[in-house]
Amino acid sequence: MPEPAGGLVSLGGRPGAPPGVAGATGTPLPAPPASGTTVTITLDGRQVSAPEGEVLIAAAERAGTYIPRFCYHPRMKPVGMCRMCLVEVKGPRGYSLSPACYLPVVDGMEVVTKSEPVKKAQDGILEFLLINHPLDCPVCDKGGECPLQDQTLAYGPGETRFVEEKRHWDKPVPISPLILIDRERCIQCARCTRFAEEVAGDPAIDFFSRSDSTEVAPAPGLPFTSNFSGNIVQICPVGALLAKPYRFKARPWDLEQVESTCTYCAVGCRVAAQSSADQVVRFIGVDSDPVNWGWLCDKGRFGFEALNSPERLAQPLVRRVAPGNGTSGTGELVEASWTEAMALVTERLKGLDGSRVGVIGGARLPNEDAYLWAKFARTVLRTGNLDAQLGDGLAADLLASLPRATIDQVCQAPLIVTLAPDLKEELPVLYLRLRHAVVETGAPLIEISPAPTGLSSRAALRLHYRPGELLALVQTICSTNQIKGGVAGVPAQDLIRAQVAVHEAAGKVGTAGTGNGGPPSIAVVLGRPSLAEPSTKVEEAARWLGQLPGSAFLPALRRSNVHGAIDLGLAPGLLPGRVGLEDGRGWYEQQWGVPLPAGRQLGGLEILEAAAAGRMDVLFLLGADPLADCPDQGLAARALDRAGYVVALDTFATASVTRAADVVLPVAMYTERRGSFTNLEGRVSWLAQKVTPPGTARPDWMVAAELASRLGVNMGLASLDDIWAEIERVSPLHQGLSQALLVSRQSRNGVVVPLGLETAEPEHAVVPPPLDPMADPGIASAETHPAPPVELSVAGMGVGRTNAPGAGAEDLQAQGGAAAAGPGAPGERLGGTKPPAPKEPGGFPPMLHLGPPRTDAPPTGKARSKPPGGSGSSGEPGGSGSSEEPAGPPLALKLVATRPMWDGGTLVQRSPSLGGLHPALELRANPEDLRRLAIPSGAQVRASSPRGSALLPAVADPRVPLGVAVLPFNLPGGGAGQLIDGASETTEVRIEAVEVAP
Amino acid sequence: VTVTQPPRIVTSRLGLKESWTLRSYLGSGGYQGLRKALALSPEEVHQAVLAASLLGRGGAGFDAGRKWGMLRKAKPVYLVVNGDESEPATFKDHALMEGDPHQLIEGSVICAYAIGADQVFIYVRGEMALAQERLQMALNEAYEHGAVGNDIFGSGFSVDIVVHPGAGAYICGDETALLESLEGKRGFPRIKPPYYPAVMGLYGAPTVVNNVETLSNLPWIVLNGPAQFSALGEGTSRGTKILALSGRVRRPGNYEVEFAKVTFRDLIYDESLGSGILDGKELKAFIPGGVSSPWFGPDQLDITLANSEIAKAGSMAGSGAVTVMDESTCVVRMAWRISRFYHRESCGQCTPCREGSGWVEKIMRRIEDGHGRVSDLDLLMDICDNISPGVTWPPAQTTICPLGPSIPPSVASGIRMFRDEYLAHVQDGGCPFPPDRLREGVYA
Repeated sequence: MPEPAGGLVSLGGRPGAPPGVAGATGTPLPAPPASGTTVTITLDGRQVSAPEGEVLIAAAERAGTYIPRFCYHPRMKPVGMCRMCLVEVKGPRGYSLSPACYLPVVDGMEVVTKSEPVKKAQDGILEFLLINHPLDCPVCDKGGECPLQDQTLAYGPGETRFVEEKRHWDKPVPISPLILIDRERCIQCARCTRFAEEVAGDPAIDFFSRSDSTEVAPAPGLPFTSNFSGNIVQICPVGALLAKPYRFKARPWDLEQVESTCTYCAVGCRVAAQSSADQVVRFIGVDSDPVNWGWLCDKGRFGFEALNSPERLAQPLVRRVAPGNGTSGTGELVEASWTEAMALVTERLKGLDGSRVGVIGGARLPNEDAYLWAKFARTVLRTGNLDAQLGDGLAADLLASLPRATIDQVCQAPLIVTLAPDLKEELPVLYLRLRHAVVETGAPLIEISPAPTGLSSRAALRLHYRPGELLALVQTICSTNQIKGGVAGVPAQDLIRAQVAVHEAAGKVGTAGTGNGGPPSIAVVLGRPSLAEPSTKVEEAARWLGQLPGSAFLPALRRSNVHGAIDLGLAPGLLPGRVGLEDGRGWYEQQWGVPLPAGRQLGGLEILEAAAAGRMDVLFLLGADPLADCPDQGLAARALDRAGYVVALDTFATASVTRAADVVLPVAMYTERRGSFTNLEGRVSWLAQKVTPPGTARPDWMVAAELASRLGVNMGLASLDDIWAEIERVSPLHQGLSQALLVSRQSRNGVVVPLGLETAEPEHAVVPPPLDPMADPGIASAETHPAPPVELSVAGMGVGRTNAPGAGAEDLQAQGGAAAAGPGAPGERLGGTKPPAPKEPGGFPPMLHLGPPRTDAPPTGKARSKPPGGSGSSGEPGGSGSSEEPAGPPLALKLVATRPMWDGGTLVQRSPSLGGLHPALELRANPEDLRRLAIPSGAQVRASSPRGSALLPAVADPRVPLGVAVLPFNLPGGGAGQLIDGASETTEVRIEAVEVAP
Repeated sequence: VTVTQPPRIVTSRLGLKESWTLRSYLGSGGYQGLRKALALSPEEVHQAVLAASLLGRGGAGFDAGRKWGMLRKAKPVYLVVNGDESEPATFKDHALMEGDPHQLIEGSVICAYAIGADQVFIYVRGEMALAQERLQMALNEAYEHGAVGNDIFGSGFSVDIVVHPGAGAYICGDETALLESLEGKRGFPRIKPPYYPAVMGLYGAPTVVNNVETLSNLPWIVLNGPAQFSALGEGTSRGTKILALSGRVRRPGNYEVEFAKVTFRDLIYDESLGSGILDGKELKAFIPGGVSSPWFGPDQLDITLANSEIAKAGSMAGSGAVTVMDESTCVVRMAWRISRFYHRESCGQCTPCREGSGWVEKIMRRIEDGHGRVSDLDLLMDICDNISPGVTWPPAQTTICPLGPSIPPSVASGIRMFRDEYLAHVQDGGCPFPPDRLREGVYA
């Protein structure tokens, strides 16, 4: 431990902090009791117990008494605005009407929820709410699922006594490209404004004016910008807020829904997918306590539009090669039958050298498909060249070896460290959870990144390192060496504070999942801070952080089911179940009955390099679009052009498909097929099917199974059930997790693997009611359950369908009481139906464990690596670090590549409402740097790197550190991918002003 | 009729030449109370105020000393002075802030010393430009004089005062809305629990919110001792009280009288006070304690102006604003005007007030304009009942703040006391009184 410097201020933290002190703004949250004391109240004559301090409305609801409400929302602070929840509470002067939404229960409280005075109050409130509310229910999106309608019917007066003129507003008014507001319908419950301020931290809408002229509006002249705007539509108790993608699309009574998991990013939010006439029309966030709390980001909520895109691939395509032109990637893609397409691929695969076959992509695939493709590649294609990542993530063996923490555990940790990209853009709902932990519970968070992120303003410490010098920074704070100067552009005093915080927290609590099920001492959210730096430095930094006692990790890779794909072996050198290749060779050879390919196995970038060098005879693209996704886009282009034969399984004709695929096989997307999903925690949840895929598109696993069959190999797996059963049998990670458990009601929130990571049952572990009652569209959601196994008939696959016609309909039938109980049904405790404890590892191979760092501790006081290009002498001893101006060549900035939520991604660009939301393509740099380069903010510049150049505006942003250029990675029309030099530690970008032609 | 002649405790300087200047203030004994208080311990000052029985002069009438004693023990502590006097017919704080700002500053520092406040905010109604200007000028002088700021009068006690102008919302007179407004937010009253200012006030810190008149009493109490103060008045209503008399009287204005010693008859008819009804007309009714209080009729003239006495008779003393109606006053118009005020000033936070105030006003206006229905009377009473169940006094409060329950009294009093006049409006298709001259121009 270093001697704390004089006057050093600790980062603070939760223990002992008085309630509300942690809150960043004025009025703090009423302190929930930490005591865990249970009190007993009398509710309508019944004795009911509840945790002390819980608000009455929640205590009553758990006891089965539904108190009507509009403004109350269990995930937000109470405001007591609508007064719909008035009940009689006995006080010193007898019973009086009190609001149940913010009155905390105390022992001996006597409450009456059904009485004449209560009924009169409910009548009165509803009458008040309706006097200025237009009766346009027949044309209102909310009609049929409207809490105002429903509660008026249940509790309100029969007719109106209001004969005056109602309030009038212009309507509807767009407040953002996605959201419209109808102020006449608004009942001023403040759910939307609270969400924007409290939950999303984007306080861009608020009340204006007074009295019955009160309106919700964004600031004059400014749109309501938020990555989470759709949530305000979901929680609006009337039809005042409308989402453009759903507006006038369906009526609630026409909707059918299944609960599923959002696959847009790796957070794995639970959703209800709703369809009308076999078309998905809406996603609703389901309140999954360990994951998304009912929230969704706008990408996840509205991205379903891509499903219905007319550009979806519905038939296989094959490239008709013009006579006399034998190379790949020329000629035209034309529609073909499955039989023809599969025959072409089979022909190519016969007698192939496995080392010259590569399989890249697969993060889009559900677990079962990933497993089958991993097995198919190894046992049939005889290749180990397979990777779900494209050099845009982290090494799979490192990820598989990390001690893990769940989101809940991270949020409860004494110290949170983010070594990750901008979570607000890449893993938006994880950002909401972390923001809540920091803002509402006072969790101290250290941010390590090369550029500011959405969490920066909330971080206790921001360590914005100079690109390329991450490792030196992490080594410094992980070591106990005395810090004498700044490192990596971070001032010494910040390093000292970080070092003290890290070592104070280390070992404080324990490690997540090591028996106590509680939070780790230090929770590291680990991702790829910038695509312009190689992953190796992040991986080594992770090993350093992993040395701290009690540290555990939450991987923060963005791409869909990438964690599931890695867990199921779709990664080089890794076998299913986070097992190293050599550790598991014996076991898997025994289980699969064939020897596994030996020799060097290539990862995503290496496969592309081999292809570019002409050493890949067949390249499978499992939903991979290297031209868009690979950090080094020049490499991707060369690889695609020189690969022998390219087989793409995709949903759209992406740039890579169009450029290079010889055969394109259309596949089904989420909501069009079943399967399971693994989120970044390792939480396996069920993906339900709601609609049929377009044309002859089919699940990815069927393609592998049929190819194997055509090649004369019987993998013995003919259904999802078969596949899962085998996964459970062979994977040490998934043992004990049967498909029956996975699809059961108790696993609605998913199950974290390996079982036992979450040993301690959360205090109020209840199976949540079907949906937030206020958002419940009144549709009995089907319990997710597997369809009857559909036999795979290879012979009949010419016009294959995922399931028998109409198979999706089973998902619609409510499965008995629990699902049909509807709003207000008390949750069921999980007790008694705990997942079975893992069996004794009978012969299973060992799972990977995090190894020690491969680099030595930095020398005392001189903790830094030598950045290439020799940009500056960092940190004189005793210096504050502010002297660390990069003294490099004046025109070169170090590139940081970020990935905004709205990007040029395949699905986003195919969603009509989302396609235009991406930010402008511009390079952001510190005003000082731009001044030094004599470039006015907004001026058109040429940015050039060793790999390429781009013409774009340069914009001054004072939040960007000195010496850094921030550029989005993948926007329509370009991005950092054009410039990144994948072979270097950092990419230096030269900026020069260009004349704009008049 | 005998009206006592008590010492003028808070209004003694009003009317002096340039009474708002430091020179004038020091010339009339200013800042002596503060010097004396600083020589005592904070606890002794607190005890003196407790012994004086100083009820809050803002309307609720809660004992100021007891309020100070309820502070949560934590740092920092804030004192907030409620100078957001915005109710129609209430104008006593206005006079005190314009006429004797140093007295308020001195009282604020004494209070800050007693409660250990780290910072004082004086929140002044937005429309009171002159009061803001004079307070700020006085504050500058007081800093110069050493009465505010660092090491006040060499005592070692330091406190800063900031004058904060409101932005023109009546609701910010509610202490928790005022705190929200001070924090820079929309002036919405806070929900209680948990936001009792003494526990979780400004920025979540323990906070005392006191009225201007309340604090203006402190220099005198400290200087003359609590015994002299409590020798005045009756029961818990001790000292003096400013009564703001308005309406159809010959001499409207602010009168400082001994608390609980004067009846309404004294106030309205005594030659030293209201001097009777204008033009020799007959008294019809009067509002005893601000427009949110139930009305009294001529048969209630002999009630003493004491909090307890008025409460016993079914209304409240409130902030001491008495408004007189004579036989030429249309009670429908009167009640409509008051309901319009509440409609315009409802903050829009909770439903009964936000929607009810507008509905009531629309019906009242309709009746006044001759488009009423007989059934509207029962409807009005039932809307009032839905805003404040029972329409009783003291009112049942089911809204977040007392603005909601302030809406029914004028309407209900009118209907209960003058049902025939309401019916006449309905049956004759219009108002029987002369045209409303305020319906032209700004009030139209």
